Parts: sequence; structure tokens; C-alpha cells
Amino acid sequence: MEKKKVTDTLKAKFSEKIKEVSFPLGDETVFIERDALREICSFLMKEPFAFTMLLDLTCVDYAGENERFEMVYHLYSIVNKARLRIKTRLNEKDLEIESLTPMWKNANWLEREVFDMFGVHFEGHPYLRRLFMYEGFEGHPLRKDYPLRKRQPIIPMKRKE
Amino acid sequence: MIYRIQKEADKESLLVNMGPSHPAMHGTIRIMLELDGERVLNAELEVGYLHRGFEKTCEHKTYFNLLPYTDRLNYVSPLINNLGYVMTVEKLLGIEAPERAQYIRVLMSELSRISDHLTALAAMTMECGAFTVFLYMIQAREEIWNVIEQTTGARMTTSYIRIGGVRADLHPDMDPLLDKAIESTRKLMKDCHGLLDKNKIWINRTRDVAVVSPEMAINYGFTGPCLRASGVYYDVRKAHPYCVYDRIDFEVPLGDRGDNYDRYMVRMREMEQSLRIIEQAREQIPAVSSQNALISKLVEPAEAIEASRSKKIEAKISLSPNLEGSEKEVYPDILTEKKQAVVPPKEDTYTNIEGLIDHFKFFMKGHGIRPPKGDVYFSVEGGSGEVGFYIVSDGTDNPYRLHLRGPCFHIVAALEEMIKGHYIADIIPTFGSLNMIGGELDR
Amino acid sequence: MAGGWITTKLNYVLGWGRKFSLFHYPFITACCGMEYMSAACAHWDFDRFGCGLTTFSPRQADLIMVVGTISQKEAPVLKTIYDQMCEPKWVLAVGACTLSGGIYDNYAVVQGIDNIIPVDVYIPGCPPRPETFLDGIVKLQQKIQNQEQEFRWKRRK
Repeated sequence: MEKKKVTDTLKAKFSEKIKEVSFPLGDETVFIERDALREICSFLMKEPFAFTMLLDLTCVDYAGENERFEMVYHLYSIVNKARLRIKTRLNEKDLEIESLTPMWKNANWLEREVFDMFGVHFEGHPYLRRLFMYEGFEGHPLRKDYPLRKRQPIIPMKRKE
Repeated sequence: MIYRIQKEADKESLLVNMGPSHPAMHGTIRIMLELDGERVLNAELEVGYLHRGFEKTCEHKTYFNLLPYTDRLNYVSPLINNLGYVMTVEKLLGIEAPERAQYIRVLMSELSRISDHLTALAAMTMECGAFTVFLYMIQAREEIWNVIEQTTGARMTTSYIRIGGVRADLHPDMDPLLDKAIESTRKLMKDCHGLLDKNKIWINRTRDVAVVSPEMAINYGFTGPCLRASGVYYDVRKAHPYCVYDRIDFEVPLGDRGDNYDRYMVRMREMEQSLRIIEQAREQIPAVSSQNALISKLVEPAEAIEASRSKKIEAKISLSPNLEGSEKEVYPDILTEKKQAVVPPKEDTYTNIEGLIDHFKFFMKGHGIRPPKGDVYFSVEGGSGEVGFYIVSDGTDNPYRLHLRGPCFHIVAALEEMIKGHYIADIIPTFGSLNMIGGELDR
Repeated sequence: MAGGWITTKLNYVLGWGRKFSLFHYPFITACCGMEYMSAACAHWDFDRFGCGLTTFSPRQADLIMVVGTISQKEAPVLKTIYDQMCEPKWVLAVGACTLSGGIYDNYAVVQGIDNIIPVDVYIPGCPPRPETFLDGIVKLQQKIQNQEQEFRWKRRK
């Protein structure tokens, strides 16, 4: 499959939802509107693209910018050996996006991790709750305004630091 | 705090906790089970007991300083995680390691992969009661770690693979130890095949238990031996070859049913293929290119520093034993020429001013490795699957965001569904065959 | 005076008995567990020091080996298991992460398990070589021998 076929087809079909297409260092990247996520993903899952595997789902915090959180999705097609990166931006006041759990089962835990670390809510997630941190932990650690060394111990520590 | 399993559970069934500190749990993970007698009706996992804040810590360290953190992610095959991180940064910087360094990287990766599979299978079989296999495999692992230690200096967490190449050349006396390691691994595998393959007890415990169909495996994002045991042919070394894997001839074993027995068999066969790769890499590796054209007399370091104050040194300087393998003559073979990405050789640092400036600028805060702005994703084939790194750089010397795509995360997410309907005793080999590593799961 | 001689000898015999028959509970979390496996297996056996029986119930153990990083989420679990052990009990902290948090100085890791439980012997290293591990066990045995073996079990804080 040629490099640009995926992005060209996407641009042709969803022209108003796609904001930008780029190839940084050879990785195909597509920047889309927030509402079009599920639609585009279900289109990509089918033939001939066959992006059947969700490799990764993560979030980046660009503190100081207006649209602070950027969601990054990596899709992979085993048949065509092709990778695709999908990005979309979220505003801090409106931190909601559609969940991909009906389509890929590993999105369940990946989204829980992003909720735990950044505080992004996923609409339609069956069981959205913290994955790595414990109940009673306040704050979202991977945000840029959470200090690195701020510890919240569950049982009292003998030494104060 | 109510868990999902407490809400969904039947009034008459028993809720049992296989808690974080459990002998058969490799590391710390909590499985909550709803039981009817011994049969599992429902399961819920709780992870995060080894969350060490890797991603947040990396935002506060420089690209060079965060190498030891990557060692401790998948701690049974540390050199492969090193490789994954380093190749991601190299892709961002646009540099490539020299050929000899790439062969050394492949050799070390495959030794790590064998040690990963040995540990996984040793733990899995020990928990099922085959204690002999555990002892044999750990003995073979010791031989392999001896080889790694001779070259890199450490048995486990080595930080050997550096940005731009490797830290030091292979030890000149490596051949006998490597021969011994390969021979003892082959002999061990023959013994273990004999002990386990047709063993009625083993087959009863692992055949047709926790079957994963190919569609389910792909939907969950499985990669690595667990995916190949279900019959899907995907190996990062073959699909997107990196280093010199395209010049080496090896096969990728596949399973057919996707049960525990297939996962065990795929790992055993992969170890044999890794041995083949090591032998081929040994033959194909290019020789050290420098010819030692300088004067043969070795000068002591203190003398050399004294003499360099007045004139440029021409003689070869003897280095301390810690720096064995990274003398100036082997530098072109093991590290790339691009100056900003590597530590300059010690002979230069201490005897001439350009070397000193290069060294200073590499380590000074705010200088050093500063990749251009942008983001990148690169993946290598680890012991459990596709280890991917996603790095966002903002032009400074600390990464803005570093994310690890850990293969174990996706595989363990499927455990809840895999053990439904089986007995408690089936959880043990299932969990062992998945090869969960806490450092990669919880980061 | 005769009474003093008898209690000293009894102390010595109890110490000898306790140090050479340690039932240990390996509380393994992370990378140091690999070196624990090496130290326990055939090459650098620690069974020959009397420490070989791995018991998987804390109620039957004398020695808890804390091997690997303890995160804040794991700390209550460690305290519970330590409290479940009966006196006399000893704690071996293996690896840099248990001594002081190791290389992880952040929101998620306990900076040393002596914040939670009292420790007897600290074994440094990241991970410690099996020889260091064995050295630590020998030091613990010397400590057990020289301790006051209380036969009215005094609670240790």
C-alpha cells in the first residue's frame, strides 16, 4: 500500500473533519476534529485499510496553550503493515471525548489510564475509574501542574521529608 | 469503595481475593474472583501496585540520563528496552549507528530475549510443580548473564546500548563463554522438551486452557509470542526490520490453537531461533576497522595528561579497567560520528581542549542532546511483544513527554476474559504463560 | 552467677537455633526479584545457610525479605503482612528502592521501607549481586546470634 493512500482517502471522504495531514519523520499523522473520532475509526477498521489493532492511546499536556490536552491514537494494520497516528485536541474546560471501547477491547484499560493520569472523561466507557493510583489520591499526576515529589501516603510515614 | 465484581456478583457465590503479594503472582497484581466451588464465574484485576512514576520522572531528566530508567521497565530483558528507547531518539535526531554496533546490538538483544523466555517459562513451570525445569533454566540463564556481564559490566540492568551506538566493544575473550552459553542453552532445551512436551500432566494442565482466538487477540492489541500462539503472523523484526535483522535468516514460529501449551511451545521455539540469530550475527559481524597505526608503547594516563600540556600526544594511552572496550581506536566502530550525540573518548577529554569542550557541552545543563521539535513513535520486538516509545520533544534537553507502549498492558487486560469458566488451578499456568512483567505493566 | 551462665548459654543455643533455621517470606515486587531467583537457585544457593524454606504464609515465617520497589499503593499491604508475622521476626531490605526509594524520587514511591516497618539488615545494590545477598544473610545471622533472645516476647515497635 502506498504511503499516502490512507490520508488521501480520508481527506476525500471526511474533508471538513480533517484539519491537517502531515508526515513527520515518515509517520503518517492525521489531525481531526474531536467529534469525528469514532466515525473515522470505524471507517478505518473496514477493508481495504483494515486497521484492526489499536496499538496505543495516550495524551499529551501542552500547558499554557488554549487547547491544552492532545489525544494521540496509534492504529496498526497487520495485513498492510501500516501505522497511522490520529491526533485531536481538547479544551481544559470541556475534557470529554468518545470512548473507543465498543470497537477495541484494550481501549478499556488505556482510557482508564488516561483518565487516571490526566483527568480526561470518556463518554460511554463502562467502568471509568482510576487504574494505577489508589482511591483517595487527589489530582492527576501526569499533568504539568502536578509537582513531581508531592506524595500522598495512605499510611503515616515515620520520617517527614 | 465498591468494585464492579461486588456489584455484579451473585448472592450465593464466594468472593476471593488473590492479593497483591501472592506466591504465584509474578510481581504484584490483585485478582478478585467470584467463585462457585472452584470454578471462576467472574474476575476483576487491579493493577498499579508497582507504579513508579516512570513517565513523569522522565520529563525531568535529560535524554542521556534517563537510560537507567528504561532498563528497569521490562527487567528480564533490559537490553531490549534500552534498544527501543535509543532507536526512538536516533530516529528523532536522524542518526544511525555504525554497522559493527548494530550487529552487537542484535547479539545482545537476542541474548536478552533468550533470558526473558527462560525466566518466563521457568516461573510458569515451577508454579505447576516442575521444579527441576526451573533450576535448569536459571542455570542456563546464569551462563548467558556471564556473557553479558563480561562485555557490559553488569548482569541485569546494564544501560549498555547508548544513543548513537553501544558503550563498549565486545570483550576479546568473549568467544569461549558465548560458546558455553549456547551449548548449555541447547542442551537445556533438549532436556526440557523431553521433560515437558509429551508429559501427560503438563498437557492436561495446559492444553485447551484459556484459548484465545485470533480475532480476540488482535482486538485486544496482543503482540509478541501470545499473538503468534494464536496463529497471527506479526513480528516487528520481520514486518519493520530495524538494525540488521533483514540480513539474518530466521523463522517466526506460530501456534495453532492459542492455548497455554501453544504459548509455551512458541517461546521454546523462539529460543532456538534466537540461538540461530546469534550464531549468524557472530559470523557476519564486521571486524574492528582501526589498525593500531600509532606507536605501540602504552603511556600511563597521568603521564599523558602532563605531556599533553605542552604538545599533542601521539602514543596510545592505557585506560583504567572500567573503560575497557571504549578506547579511542574502536570509537568509529561502536559509536556514530555525530559529535553532539555521544560522549567523547576519554583520551580526548583529558589531553586536548576540543575534547574537553565536547565533553563539557554534552553534560552541561541546557546543552547536550537537544533533538528538534516534533514527535516520534518507534517500536522494537521485545520479549513479550511490541515495545514502543512515543516521544514528544520541544527542543530542550528534557523530553516533553515520553510514553511507553508496554506489551504486557494489553495482554493482561485480556486476563479477565481468559479465565472465566476455568478453575482456580488454571489461573496459575495461564498467568505464567502471559509473561507479565510488573515494570512494564505499571510503568 | 550460675544463673547468669545458664541464661547466657541458653541465649547462645536459642540464637544458634534461630539463625540456622530461618523460614523466609519473599515479598517480591520488582527487578531485584531476578537476583533473588539467582541467589535461591543452584549456583549461589542460600539453602546452605539454613534459609532455604520459602514459606508462602506470613504467619509461619520469621524473616520477611522485601525485594523490589514499594509504591505508596503497596505500603498498606506490606504493613499488613508484617503485622501478621509472629515474634520473633526480622526484616531484610533488599535493593536500593527499599533502602531509600532508589532512583525513584517521585509521587508514587515510598522513600525507604523503614518509614513503614523496622528493618534489620539493609542490602544495597541495584540490583545487588547474589554474593551481596548472601553476605547480607550472613550478617543477619550474626545479628540474630548476638541479640538478646527474649523468652517473654517483648513487642518491638
